[in-house]
Amino acid sequence: MPLIRRRKPNETSKAADSEQNVHEEEDGKNIKISTKHQKAEENNDKKPKKWSCVDSCCWLVGCICVTWWLLLFLYNALPASFNQYVTEAITGPVPDPPGVKLKKEGLTVKHPVIFVPGIVTGGLELWEGHQCADGLFRKRLWGGTFGEVYKRPLCWVEHMSLDNETGLDPPGIRVRPVSGLVAADYFAPGYFVWAVLIANLARIGYEEKTMYMAAYDWRISFQNTEVRDQTLSRIKSNIELMVATNGGNKAVIIPHSMGVLYFLHFMKWVEAPAPMGGGGGSDWCAKHIKSVMNIGGPFLGLPKAVAGLFSAEARDIAVARAIAPGFLDNDIFRLQTLQHVMRMTRTWDSTMSMIPKGGDTIWGGLGWSPEEGYTPAKRKERNNDTHIAHEDGSEVVASQRNHVNYGRIISFGKDVAEAPASEIDRIDFRGAVKGNSVANTTCRDVWTEYHEMGIGGIKAVAEYKAYTAGSILDLLHFVAPKMMARGSAHFSYGIADNLDDPKYQHYRYWSNPLETTLPNAPEMEIFSMYGVGLPTERAYVYRSTPLAECYIPFQIDTSADDENNCLKDGVYLVDGDETVPVLSAGYMCAKGWRGKTRFNPSGIRTYNREYDHSPPANLLEGRGTQSGAHVDIMGNFALIEDIIRVAAGATGEDLGGDEIHSDIFKWSEKINLQL
Amino acid sequence: MASILRFRKLCYVEPVKFQSFGSQKIDQKLDKKEEAVNDILAAKKLFQANNKKKNYTKKQPREWRCIDSCCWVIGYLCTTWWLLLLLYSCFPATLPGFQVPESPGVRLKREGLTSLHPVVLVPGIVTGGLELWAGKPCSEGLFRKRLWGGSFTEIFKRPSCWLEHLSLHSETGLDPPGIRVRAVPGLVAADYFAPGYFVWAVLIENLAKIGYEGKNMYMAAYDWRLSFQNTEIRDKALSRLKSKIELMYVTNGYKKVVVVPHSMGVIYFLHFLKWVETPPPMGGGGGPGWCAKHIKAVMNIGPAFLGVPKAVGNMFSAEGKDVAYIRAMAPGVLDSEILGLQTLEHVMRVSRTWDSTVSLLPKGGETIWGNLDWSPEEGHACHLGKKGNFRPSPIENNANHSDRKSSFQIKEKVKCGRMISFGKVESQLPSSQIPSLDPKEFSRTSTPDNMKSSCREVWTEYDEMSRESIRKVAEKKVYTARTLLDLLRFVAPKTMRRAETHFSHGIADNLDDPKYDHYKYWSNPLETKLPDAPDMEIYCLYGVGIPTERSYVYKLSPNDRCKSIPFRIDTSADGDGNSCLRGGVYFVDGDGSVPVLSAGFTCAKGWRGRTRFNPSGIATYIREYQHKPPASLLEGRGLESGAHVDIMGNVALIEDVLRVAAGASGADIGGDRIYSDIIRMSEKINLHL
Repeated sequence: MPLIRRRKPNETSKAADSEQNVHEEEDGKNIKISTKHQKAEENNDKKPKKWSCVDSCCWLVGCICVTWWLLLFLYNALPASFNQYVTEAITGPVPDPPGVKLKKEGLTVKHPVIFVPGIVTGGLELWEGHQCADGLFRKRLWGGTFGEVYKRPLCWVEHMSLDNETGLDPPGIRVRPVSGLVAADYFAPGYFVWAVLIANLARIGYEEKTMYMAAYDWRISFQNTEVRDQTLSRIKSNIELMVATNGGNKAVIIPHSMGVLYFLHFMKWVEAPAPMGGGGGSDWCAKHIKSVMNIGGPFLGLPKAVAGLFSAEARDIAVARAIAPGFLDNDIFRLQTLQHVMRMTRTWDSTMSMIPKGGDTIWGGLGWSPEEGYTPAKRKERNNDTHIAHEDGSEVVASQRNHVNYGRIISFGKDVAEAPASEIDRIDFRGAVKGNSVANTTCRDVWTEYHEMGIGGIKAVAEYKAYTAGSILDLLHFVAPKMMARGSAHFSYGIADNLDDPKYQHYRYWSNPLETTLPNAPEMEIFSMYGVGLPTERAYVYRSTPLAECYIPFQIDTSADDENNCLKDGVYLVDGDETVPVLSAGYMCAKGWRGKTRFNPSGIRTYNREYDHSPPANLLEGRGTQSGAHVDIMGNFALIEDIIRVAAGATGEDLGGDEIHSDIFKWSEKINLQL
Repeated sequence: MASILRFRKLCYVEPVKFQSFGSQKIDQKLDKKEEAVNDILAAKKLFQANNKKKNYTKKQPREWRCIDSCCWVIGYLCTTWWLLLLLYSCFPATLPGFQVPESPGVRLKREGLTSLHPVVLVPGIVTGGLELWAGKPCSEGLFRKRLWGGSFTEIFKRPSCWLEHLSLHSETGLDPPGIRVRAVPGLVAADYFAPGYFVWAVLIENLAKIGYEGKNMYMAAYDWRLSFQNTEIRDKALSRLKSKIELMYVTNGYKKVVVVPHSMGVIYFLHFLKWVETPPPMGGGGGPGWCAKHIKAVMNIGPAFLGVPKAVGNMFSAEGKDVAYIRAMAPGVLDSEILGLQTLEHVMRVSRTWDSTVSLLPKGGETIWGNLDWSPEEGHACHLGKKGNFRPSPIENNANHSDRKSSFQIKEKVKCGRMISFGKVESQLPSSQIPSLDPKEFSRTSTPDNMKSSCREVWTEYDEMSRESIRKVAEKKVYTARTLLDLLRFVAPKTMRRAETHFSHGIADNLDDPKYDHYKYWSNPLETKLPDAPDMEIYCLYGVGIPTERSYVYKLSPNDRCKSIPFRIDTSADGDGNSCLRGGVYFVDGDGSVPVLSAGFTCAKGWRGRTRFNPSGIATYIREYQHKPPASLLEGRGLESGAHVDIMGNVALIEDVLRVAAGASGADIGGDRIYSDIIRMSEKINLHL
């Protein structure tokens, strides 16, 4: 119809003008009406449209939930080995885990195995607490999900802290180590510590009666674990029981990290006479211990511990601080996280067990250090290419490079760190008067000992410029007098001149390998097993922060970078397992105890087993089966195989003796220690 | 299919119609117009666009009805749930309106009690967790995960795998090849059985309140499936317990240990007491003074000293009262062949490999449990229903004795001595009318092969029995505690042969007979002497006032097709009025699992004073706890419960344990506390002491 009309628009146009107007009006009305109609309809439609507010939210949540459940269901319905299929499809066949492989070789349980976990990795649970910790009875405060840290952070910090004076429980609070294998098999869900090793040992037949986790409260000093919890007695009794019930086969001890020092302490304790020691008699170790397989042992301490005590930061935190300067010391959120952390960790005596030991003799002075000439670049290349080809080349490069003063564990300013020893003029801080803090009111109740130092003291510390391992102790005594007073009753960091001096019978020397003799057990073997090939903190460049009042007055100077000199973000790095430098982990077994020395009078055999780090090939491998990192090494197949072989009866010779990737022997030679 | 079609119609056909209808309308409108100019066209476009939008909006709610509303509902539920959860966790732990009764630990702490004696907890059967250490391929990923205890999710995921791993070797009673299931160690082994279902947790928490912690509290977890001596042979569990007690004794300032065993843990610890003083090859070599030196008190909770009749039901037909009820209510569920489940048969097969169940069979035969005519409980009130709950103080109770006795003697005489009777009538017949069958007549005739073919591979020992022998079992009509053992030896020869090298159920005539040095007698209080430890104390702490299974009325299972379990409890057998018979089970007083007789007799009579079972005169105390059901839901499982497991949350019991652990003696906490007729029942038992 419209088509026909359009043929003659002119004819009708005039006549239709009026009509058109009417029509238009009508149409307009129509349209109006229809729009009204539409609006009405839209109004009607609005009811379902209300869905879009809350209901569509709910709908979304529902959708997500349903898909999630579906996926979960599918995942659960899949055969358990599906993961393995995928991995194998991508990376090719995965090698058998060492437990399976060695079981095929016919290895079975022989020696009982005792695990000694390190610092931080062991779980702690609440046995008695204040009001705020209601409902947490026998729940993990440390380890597990750490859910309580977020829910009630202050309460958590309060319960994790120890008494400032005694280093024991604060009144009304009892936090105790979790016992049994669960104490340290996983640190957090999915983050294994001992679990892989346990699983592999179980493959060749180990179980609860032949494995024991010597869990202890890693916050308190070693002797205090006995005083408070009788942990050392328990370990002694358990080892005796396991040796007795396993047909007299001696135990294989596997300490990790700080557990190494703890077990060193134990070996002295158990043979010492009763009031101070365990009264096991002088041949207890010879009778009960086959070998001690130290994993990543910080025998001579950790530079990291210094940074932790000095400013509650290590490389990770320093980097975080550099990236988001406001976050960690944020006043808006009233967090003061670092201060809280510092106050808490300073009540933990055990952190002081890992302050570098042996002073300048071991760790180097202002002008020299055992590691000098080391270049991490060499390592990186080595991972990619053949061994020897690059070795010579990099040596040359290294000699061209600047001399790195690793001996200066803390230096204020990069220039100080690099200056030749003679050019640093230092003002001694030891006598400096500590000024009173000016305005304590602005700071909240977070108490660190820095508040008592005042500006004068802080300035004095910065003026001294460079600290070596020897003067670090004085520094710590200066900045944290209470803590160090408490700690030095339990730990010592020197080198013994005369080991027969009766004063060395005191327990504070027992965890320092340079001030104790090994037990008289010529049959025993000591292994030092650690990862190499990872840059490890060795020395720090510090600066004092401008805002001296409410903050920790010193910070790692993250701006200090030097590609050539292994200086990165204010930290000098050397070879190690990311936490423990090779020197600390390997020196005792490589030289200090090798053969018959004064520290090892009975000539216990020692072996260095190094595991070169290679990162996991892909994400599916998780934390890698060839890792050399401090904790991840517990999943290293080569290390697990070594342990299983020894547990099944092999000796160090059977394993192949030493296995060295680093320069530990070269470095050890440089250390001038009377043996 | 039809519904899908309908759905399609809804979603597609109608909108199309609607669209055409809309455009028709517009066309009609345009018809009327002579000139259709641009603006109108524009309007039309707009309109159409609107229309389309409308279509779109209209379409949506229609689709919502399908999946989206489902999603919506789920989303809604989830969100509310999360909100509630959030609110719940935001709330203070104690609501201001609801006054939580103070826990005994807090109260006693205020009284000044502190930890003194180290405490050893010995869990009973079933409550301890078991975890996997090595298994078949089907159990991959379960390494060191709980198979028993916890959430039991694996039962649903891989039931046959689960059953396979929980079974023991049917010949040795130890691990089957390739499978290692071990007890969970530490306090977590039995603090909660399943999430939220406490066993020891409440007691532990209260002990912690007065200062106990890991160094002076120890859970002696053991694999409760094994026979007691095998826990030592396989896991060194007894050696570990010995070493732990010695260690705690030394490290806690030479304070003797208070042992708190529960249920089967009681006879496990009895076994330990003998084991530890026996010289090495068989025992622990602690020497004769070990117990006297290390143990202050043994506080047996819900002790199954003389066995549990429930164990008979379990062994015989894998059912107790509860299972029988379920079967009666929903006959199809448990023995449904359609689903291919045969649940009970599976349960029976697995539980018969567990030696420890045999340790709970009634001990002492007819002397203790009564014969065809006689039983120590006869003439006693049944505590079915509420009657028992309102029993007043113990003193009054004693005064009432004579009344109740007379009132009950008029009624039918319940013959509890007949542990199993076939048919309700038989359970009440005078003994003269019961046909006596010599147990020697039980002889096996081999099963014809054709009978095996139709059944699935569920193997119970009943499969090997012929119909005739089953009928013969039923013809015997009535079994007492003595003939019961013969019966079990007949129906479950392998199990009994295996287990009877580890357990004995008799009464010793001469305790000095050297044969009683063998470990199979150590867990039977009627065949062992208590250690020579005059300063030690033995407590029997148990609940009373709950009807407890004592004897069963059985019938032949009607199911002939396949060799399912041929006997079952006759749930139709109900007594009239005040009778103790209900659902085919005769009930007596007890804690729901253990009858008073079994729990209390040894402390009340067998060991009271200086007897031949207790040559050094160890003091014994009976502490009974009258059951009171929880007053409200908020109380959970009750603060004054007397039930076998729930009693571990009983405030009075916890207080007793705490006081003893803090140094009190039996006399300090008030000596005996008796509500039941245990003394009088014990008097009736004619046992040479």
